[in-house]
This record gives sequence, structure tokens and C-alpha cells, in this order.
Amino acid sequence: MTFNEYLLLFGGMGLVTYLPRALPLLYLAHRKMPQWLIDWLGLIPVAILSALLAPSLFTDAATRNLAFGKLEFLVAIPTLLFSLKTRSLGGTVLVGMLLYWLGGLL
Amino acid sequence: MTIDQKNLLRQGIAAAWPICLGYFPIGLALGVLAQKAGLPWWTVAMMSVLVFAGSAQFICVAMVASEASATSIILTTFVVNLRHVLMSSALAVYLQGVSRRFLALYSYGITDESFAVNLTHFREGGWDRYRALIVNHLANSVWIMATVCGALVGQFVPQGALGLDYALTGMFICLLVFQLQGRIYILTGLLSALISVVWYLLVPGDSYIVGASVCAATIGYLLKRRQRSSR
Repeated sequence: MTFNEYLLLFGGMGLVTYLPRALPLLYLAHRKMPQWLIDWLGLIPVAILSALLAPSLFTDAATRNLAFGKLEFLVAIPTLLFSLKTRSLGGTVLVGMLLYWLGGLL
Repeated sequence: MTIDQKNLLRQGIAAAWPICLGYFPIGLALGVLAQKAGLPWWTVAMMSVLVFAGSAQFICVAMVASEASATSIILTTFVVNLRHVLMSSALAVYLQGVSRRFLALYSYGITDESFAVNLTHFREGGWDRYRALIVNHLANSVWIMATVCGALVGQFVPQGALGLDYALTGMFICLLVFQLQGRIYILTGLLSALISVVWYLLVPGDSYIVGASVCAATIGYLLKRRQRSSR
């Protein structure tokens, strides 16, 4: 591919990535949002985080089947307990990494 | 720099480092794949600057390798990144009345990770749009650097070193814990986990993130409203 072809491809990808990120914010930040929308959006973060995590813990990405007892899941349990106990983001990240690393060596 | 600016930067770094740690191995991996697919290192830099979206970039590299058309790559990117509509909307609650110029710049850096970190800080208080912007751009800089590094020297880095692959999972687990501020949040989280797994198993592609989030938040919202009106 030539420079211009790359620029067109990545420019196009950039545009369709940027618009969904920008338009809701640009629109909603200058309007009075109804209370029901604020309440509903308040539940979106917990829902998104769960939806990002759960398939990676309970399924196998290659075959897209259920997979119980994956290392990702086994490490998630002590990591979750650690974060409930300490409420430390940095500590949780490091504990998760350490356990995952040790688990991979076994 | 004034003391205020130093504080701003320090707090931004303190909030962003888990993201950066997590982006590094993923960015390296992307660079290595891109190089194997025959993309020169400068195109990797160009893509990371213009697109800045991890999963879409992986898909792009795979599609370039299989000689897909630019149109189909761009369409796929659009679908994969539509989920940011939800994140952008949720952030609007905390960025009311902020100038459009600032928001236009801020929007560039909205990713799954920066969204989760910034929203958590906004909710806990003591956070403002400048600190949030620093988090976005630190994450962006590390991403660009890591992907270019991967394209240049990535094949010499051992796979799975130091459990780095788990950094983002660990971060998401902790941010999820921060979000659990009452029964309705726990219920919504459990619902979303269940729906996302079933959706992921049944429907190809990435629609499970948006699908499960919207379903779970809507059910959670309706339950909360019923509970309120029955009192």
C-alpha cells in the first residue's frame, strides 16, 4: 500500500472511532439531562465493566465456548478479595499480575 | 511549573499508571503482529495516533493481512467502537457545560480503560476535567510508544513476562469493586456478567459489550424505579 492509501484507511478508521466518542458528549454536556437518563447512565459503568470482564473469565476466546477454572478466573478470586479488603487500585493490579505470573509458572 | 500544575500531573500519573502498565504488553503484541503482516513501523505509529482503539487496531491488522478492502475494515471499526457511545454519554453527566473545544479534545482519548478510571474518580470527587485529560493523554502516549516499539523490536520480548497480560483485568476487577455502591449496582453487575457470557457464546463479534450493558442497566433501572414507587 502507498502512503496515501494508509492515510485514507487510518483516517477513515479514526473518523468512525472519533464520532461515537465525541457526539454524545458534545450533545449531552450542553443540555439539561432528564433524571431518568442520569439514573440509567449511573448503572452503565458497572454494567460495562462486568460485560468486559465476564467473558474473559468464563469463556475460551479461541473456541468461544464456556470454560470453567481458567487461570484468569482462578486469579480473579483472590484479586477481587484483595480489592474488596484494601480498595487499592495499584495494589490490586500488582497482586493480580503477580498471581497470574506465578500461576503461569506452575 | 507551578505547584498546582505539578499536583495535577502527579495525580494524573497516579491514576493512569495501571492503564499504562496494561497497555504496554498489548501495544507490543499489536506492533509485532503488524510487522508480521507487513505493515512498516511508521504506519503503526500513524494508526495509533489516528485511531487509538486497541481492539479495532488488532482487527485491522488481521484484515490487512488477509487483504480485506479498506471499506470493510472501516465498517468493522465503526461497529467495534460503537460501544463508546455509552461511555461518552455516561461521562457527560460529569462534564456539564464544559467548552466544546475541550470536549472535542477530550473525546479523542475515551477508551474502555480511561473511561473506567476517570468515571470512578469523578464519582468519588476531587477530580476534574484537566486531571481526566492527563489520564487520557498519558494512556495515549504509552499506547503509541508501545505499538511502535512492538513493530521495531517486539519479537525479542518474551511472551507473558511478569504477568503483565493480567494488568488490565486486575484494573477492571478493582474498578468494578469501586462501582458496587449498593444492592442495585451488585444486581446490575451480576446481570451484565450473565447476559454478556450468554451473548458472547451465541452471537459472533463484539456486540456483547453494548448488548449486555444496555440490557443490564435497563433492568437495573426499572427494578430501582419499581422499588422506589412501591415505598
